[in-house]
Amino acid sequence: MSDKNKKGPESKTYKFDTLSLHAGYQPHKNAGSRQVPIYQTTSYLFDDVDHAAALFNLERGGHIYSRISNPTVGVLEERVASLEGGTAALATSSGMSAIFLTVMTLCEAGDHLVVSSQLYGGTVNLFRLTLPKFGIKCTFVKPRDTEGFKKAIQKNTKGIFGELVGNPGNELMNMPEISKIAHDAGIPLIVDATYQTPYLCKPFEHGADIVVHSLTKWMAGHGSSMAGILIEGGNFDWMQNDKFPTMTKPYEGYHGLSFAEEFGPTAFTMKARAEGMRDFGPCLSPQNAWNVLQGIETLSVRMKKHCSNAEEMVKYLLNHESVAWVSHPSVPDHPDHALAKKLLPNGRGSMIAFGIKGGKDAGVAFINNVKLASHLANVGDTRTLVIHPASGTHSQMDEATLKFAGLSHDMIRLSVGIEDIDDIKNDFEIGFRAARKPRLVSNQ
Amino acid sequence: MKFKVNGDEIFASTGGRPFDKNKPLIIFVHGSGLTHMTWVLQTRYFAFHGYSVLALDLPGHGLSKGKSLKTIEDMADWISSVIDAVGYQEASLVGHSQGCLVTIECTARYPDKIKTLSLMGGAGAIPMNPDLLALAENGDPKAVDLMMDWAHGPAGHFGGHPVPGLYHINTGGMLAKSRTIKDTLGVDFRACDNYKNGFEAAKKIKIPTLSILATDDKMCPVKEGKKLADLIEGSKVDIIDNCGHMMLLEEADRVLKVLKNFITANFPAK
Repeated sequence: MSDKNKKGPESKTYKFDTLSLHAGYQPHKNAGSRQVPIYQTTSYLFDDVDHAAALFNLERGGHIYSRISNPTVGVLEERVASLEGGTAALATSSGMSAIFLTVMTLCEAGDHLVVSSQLYGGTVNLFRLTLPKFGIKCTFVKPRDTEGFKKAIQKNTKGIFGELVGNPGNELMNMPEISKIAHDAGIPLIVDATYQTPYLCKPFEHGADIVVHSLTKWMAGHGSSMAGILIEGGNFDWMQNDKFPTMTKPYEGYHGLSFAEEFGPTAFTMKARAEGMRDFGPCLSPQNAWNVLQGIETLSVRMKKHCSNAEEMVKYLLNHESVAWVSHPSVPDHPDHALAKKLLPNGRGSMIAFGIKGGKDAGVAFINNVKLASHLANVGDTRTLVIHPASGTHSQMDEATLKFAGLSHDMIRLSVGIEDIDDIKNDFEIGFRAARKPRLVSNQ
Repeated sequence: MKFKVNGDEIFASTGGRPFDKNKPLIIFVHGSGLTHMTWVLQTRYFAFHGYSVLALDLPGHGLSKGKSLKTIEDMADWISSVIDAVGYQEASLVGHSQGCLVTIECTARYPDKIKTLSLMGGAGAIPMNPDLLALAENGDPKAVDLMMDWAHGPAGHFGGHPVPGLYHINTGGMLAKSRTIKDTLGVDFRACDNYKNGFEAAKKIKIPTLSILATDDKMCPVKEGKKLADLIEGSKVDIIDNCGHMMLLEEADRVLKVLKNFITANFPAK
């Protein structure tokens, strides 16, 4: 073999499926317990006064009080950080608290964020109504308006936030381009990648700096437990400008500590925990962390089935007489089809939005008559879920905001589960039949 | 804190406490391509317990300006200049990996300045794998991936960091990628590969010396560390089991305990 063809040494660090099962945990440090133990405790014994002081001063790693950290939760945090390719992670009680903690770690009163307009309704309300109460203002930009993100950046802008694939319209942000815009302005890009999970997309590989998830969804996957997480990519230089004094200047709460100087690629997570968890306290229960860990063990197996079922459902809906339109990045004429192919090579996700012929009344009839699909306010369950966003998840929005967020009254949001695909289709037939009835009656 | 050494602005972490010239000085010297942040779980303890601490970023690394130094001998002289620059006559040195070569050479060259020497994952010579060296000199990120793979023991590959939420393989990798790989890791690896004076330098060392070695260290195996320690008069050896070359992160608490006992006994705070 010539030198040209010689294969050099290869890294043998564990790959995705192995990390899903093992990362963050060493049995020999836990009485040999093969399964991650549930540390159902509020607090932890100190060896002596010196040990206690060392933990409070961040001299040593360890646990003090389960609001700040917990060994079971810690395994989950490391596991998700490993899967995302991040340096560190902080788990929270829900996805919303992960977003809130991220913003509160990044911003102060008087700061500004540029935010994608197509988000889960609760997130829209956080940015539109709640954060202004803390003096943090936001400018909303449509996810496909890449240039709009640039134009919206102000002197006091501290970051860009968006869902990679917007809820519920399935519009994609051009993450690589938007990250360049953010980095040119010296600010981080924060991406909510709940819809993707790291199995479908690792946002750090495309320029994101902080990733947030609602772990409640596909990561946990079984509709049993609330959880959220923020993960740090470790590549953002907080000291490149004077925009982030809370990261770079001496912090009174820890003896004048500069998080950026001291912790570098993990500074954001360290601050979010040391300050955010201490002061706001949206901690994850160890039982819920354990439940999420169980889900993550089968993440890649489930995601493959979610995605293959979703693609089958897309074909079915595209050819159905009761369906006006279908939005899913796998559809060739979806405006973001090419971008989705690039960013989501392992599958385009299992969220489908479709318009039902007959508008709102037909939508209501459909939802009220399906039997297998569950009508509820969640996504990413192993079971198939449906909802009519305009009257459910996004019902607190006024007409103009609904329109700006890309929602219509005929839209049904479908989270495709991993049941037998024939059973899902048969169930939808029942729903569509019921949805056609009012129109048939009115036409007679 | 930032200060000037040979005209370049240098950064060193002081362990989260103000630098105080009235306290004994401990200098921490990082390994190839890395930065002061590898020491965070050791430095802060000493800074809060009566010492002045400098966890250095070598020139051209981390937050320090200037260009990377090309030989271990130049780095050894530079450490001596650091001691002068901060107005001290003496210091205790702690090195990891390449930092061990630097601190051995510095101690041999400046015996009156160095009071104790602590070596972690050290050896008398660190010849580089030619493929790894070539990748680093070409600035290929694969060099960092390989280094992180080989530098962590089997247990370390699973994680389980003492600081909740940190995944240390990725953290270490990000440190090594924080500046241009070929200008940091590439230069450092070449310096290690070229350095041949480790065993001779070790024979000249007459101060209290501690070698912390790890059973699963593939980069500087225990037998190489012991070979070096055998040449240093009165040297102590402590072996951490179930741990790889990145012992200061993989087993931060156990390493700190050994280091604490050694330094407080041989270089006590006032």
